[in-house]
Amino acid sequence: MKTEYLLEMENITKEFSGVKALNNVQLKVKKGTVHALMGENGAGKSTLMKILFGMYRGGGTIRFNGEELKRTGPKDALKKGISMIHQELNPVPFMTVAENIFLGREPSYGKTGWVNKKKLIEDTQRLFEILNIRIDPTKKMKDLSIANMQLVEIATAVSHHADLIIMDEPTSAITEKEVDHLFEIIRSLKKKGVAIIYISHKMDEVFEICDEITVLRDGQYIGTKPARELNQDSLIQMMVGREIKQVFHKEKAEIKEVVLSVKNLSREGKFNNVSFEVRKGEILGIAGLMGSGRTELIESIFGIDPPTSGEMYLHGEKIRMKSPSDAIRNKIGLVTEDRKLTGAFLPLSVKENMIMSGLDQFLNFGYVNGKTVKRKCKEQVKKLNIKTPNLNQLIMNLSGGNQQKVLLARWLLNDPDLLILDEPTRGVDVGAKAEIHKLMSELAQDGKAILMVSSEMPEILGMSDRILVIHEGSQKGELRREEADQKKILEVAYQ
Amino acid sequence: MKTEETIAKKQTISHDRDRTGWKEKIPELFSRYGIFLIFLALVALMSVLTPHFFNVYNLINVVKQVSFIGIVAMGVTFVIITKGIDLSSGSLIALVSVIAASFAHPGDYPLFVPLLLGVGVGAFAGLINGTVSAKGMIPPFIATLGMMTAARGLALLYSDGRPIGNLSDSFLFLGSGDLFGIPFPIIVFLFVGLLMHLLLSNTKFGKHTYAIGGNEQAARICGINVDRHLILVYTLAGFLTGISALMLTARISAGQPSMGVMYELDAIAAAVIGGTSLTGGIGTIPGTMIGALIIGVLNNGLDLMNVSSYWQQILKGAIIVTAVLIDSRKNKKA
Repeated sequence: MKTEYLLEMENITKEFSGVKALNNVQLKVKKGTVHALMGENGAGKSTLMKILFGMYRGGGTIRFNGEELKRTGPKDALKKGISMIHQELNPVPFMTVAENIFLGREPSYGKTGWVNKKKLIEDTQRLFEILNIRIDPTKKMKDLSIANMQLVEIATAVSHHADLIIMDEPTSAITEKEVDHLFEIIRSLKKKGVAIIYISHKMDEVFEICDEITVLRDGQYIGTKPARELNQDSLIQMMVGREIKQVFHKEKAEIKEVVLSVKNLSREGKFNNVSFEVRKGEILGIAGLMGSGRTELIESIFGIDPPTSGEMYLHGEKIRMKSPSDAIRNKIGLVTEDRKLTGAFLPLSVKENMIMSGLDQFLNFGYVNGKTVKRKCKEQVKKLNIKTPNLNQLIMNLSGGNQQKVLLARWLLNDPDLLILDEPTRGVDVGAKAEIHKLMSELAQDGKAILMVSSEMPEILGMSDRILVIHEGSQKGELRREEADQKKILEVAYQ
Repeated sequence: MKTEETIAKKQTISHDRDRTGWKEKIPELFSRYGIFLIFLALVALMSVLTPHFFNVYNLINVVKQVSFIGIVAMGVTFVIITKGIDLSSGSLIALVSVIAASFAHPGDYPLFVPLLLGVGVGAFAGLINGTVSAKGMIPPFIATLGMMTAARGLALLYSDGRPIGNLSDSFLFLGSGDLFGIPFPIIVFLFVGLLMHLLLSNTKFGKHTYAIGGNEQAARICGINVDRHLILVYTLAGFLTGISALMLTARISAGQPSMGVMYELDAIAAAVIGGTSLTGGIGTIPGTMIGALIIGVLNNGLDLMNVSSYWQQILKGAIIVTAVLIDSRKNKKA
């Protein structure tokens, strides 16, 4: 049976440890078109693409060029004519541009396995000519700018002579001029009948280059429409459309004097001229997509990577944070976004994980007082309802939610004035999530100032007294709790 | 205690499904408490296999032999817990040995001069190890490999490649003296062991050592000055190596530039057999002491049974690999 579609994905379902990341999703792409895949963080776009490219298994059927695709892995996908530009660049830094492009399929002299370097470079040059890319193929990958690496990545995807190229945020690291160049490449590929799946958060790009748009939300298929039938507003509506179902335990707290005030804070290449203040009893939410500079911003506030310019005032006094210990001394706490990478000490016990940022309070003549440790940690376990058989249990044996609570307890033991929470409920089950929200609300009522970063719109809307919107490193605006909704936040971000 | 633990384990399992099962926990429990049982079993085995093993004289001899490497291994334990490695201890022993010996001739200097010089040289070399790897961002493997090579060269240069003899009686006491019938090295071994155990398990310094090895990024966020701490840890390792070198020099009555070859590997082996994990964040001083004793008992028992030293090496190698195998199994679930 002949169809007009090059790719037909139907009933695609994928579960990650019991959570449905994709539920009966479909995606149909016509030959020679650019098809945008849109949705918020966590909507399932990347997961869907990884299934298509054979990196994940998943339920459902995929037909490509009219035949069912056996999903055995990326190698097979490439052979069938699907190539992918990944969101993260994966160059081999000490190999040349040409070697990177033809990695794993280097031209050789007959079957000797001896690489034909001349042909390798010629092939690369020919490829670059077609794509109008001006990069020396013999240069080492590590000496390229990020933008040029991105172009090499694009060239690699094209070099497979694929019928379908997946581009997962191809413009996240390049400037406007190079975006134009990319679009030229895309248009010429289109003319040759190549189809492209285009994932981007940048609305203007999507409307400029894409023919059709498919929207996913929370792992569900929402719909597919021709791009010309949509505008920014209607697209945002499709992307966020849901009602907020979750109930948030946010009690009103008395908002008092300013704790932290930040003026024109900048770090080169990460964020620019950010100014805000957060008060006692207040939860200030920072909304922004991943890569918007929000994590870098709080890292600067906490002294992990100091800002290049701007000022910070704590309780009205000017301060400089040169290291986390400065921040801790000033009664600031930070729960980082990645528990495994920067939060938990996995081989250590619950107790040791809790006391590590405030050891001084447990010292008796340099000796850690086991009794005080036990008493104070037990208090926290009880207060935060941490489910652990005992304090000596290794933290890696706890569930995500309980690990997160232990890390919260670590900072609560220091009795901070300002608590910075980066994705406070990422990878946490629903029950623990509600408990953490309730705790945040109680902490605000106790007079603590809370700065919360979150990718989850409902969480931002449900927990924040005020919302600071950050997009691509700059502060786009501020919304009061009463006036904010998902649509407004996106509008402010994209304005 | 036992039942409490089993209950705790059961509770844990019921809380979370993707936790590892009870069976996979055995290696963990095993490597935590089992090492002592293995040691006892080994002692029992040796006692049965050879009549010359289990008597006070021989046992004291074993512990004495173990003392030297045991003290070095304690410093190495700190280093490995931070996820580092120290390959320089063997060569440092030689360097400390010749320098200390040259100041320990009878009537030349008071005893404290060679002693302070010895531990000072050790600590200073450790300081360089730590600084180069922490501030220079050079992997400790390379930094200490450099020190290993250079310190051996320095020792040979300083001594002209010859042993330095004629040491004062008070210096020789360090290696061959007794207190209440117990050889001095054993007393130092136990005393240093106790101190290091307290330091590692009950002080800020110790907790920070575990934290850095457990998750360096998280340690920074907890306000720990990671670079400074690493420098101190390597300095401590060098200092302990210095103590061991002084006693070894006294025991063989000479400063020897060829001393301590392969000691670094024995020290690492003792720490690893004792449950210290090369992936960082795990390890104890008592474990390392037992690890050193296991190597000592094995060497001694096999010697007494006239097993060839070739076979001894093969066996030792197998034991080290087995210990790490258990360790890697344990860490796989992380």
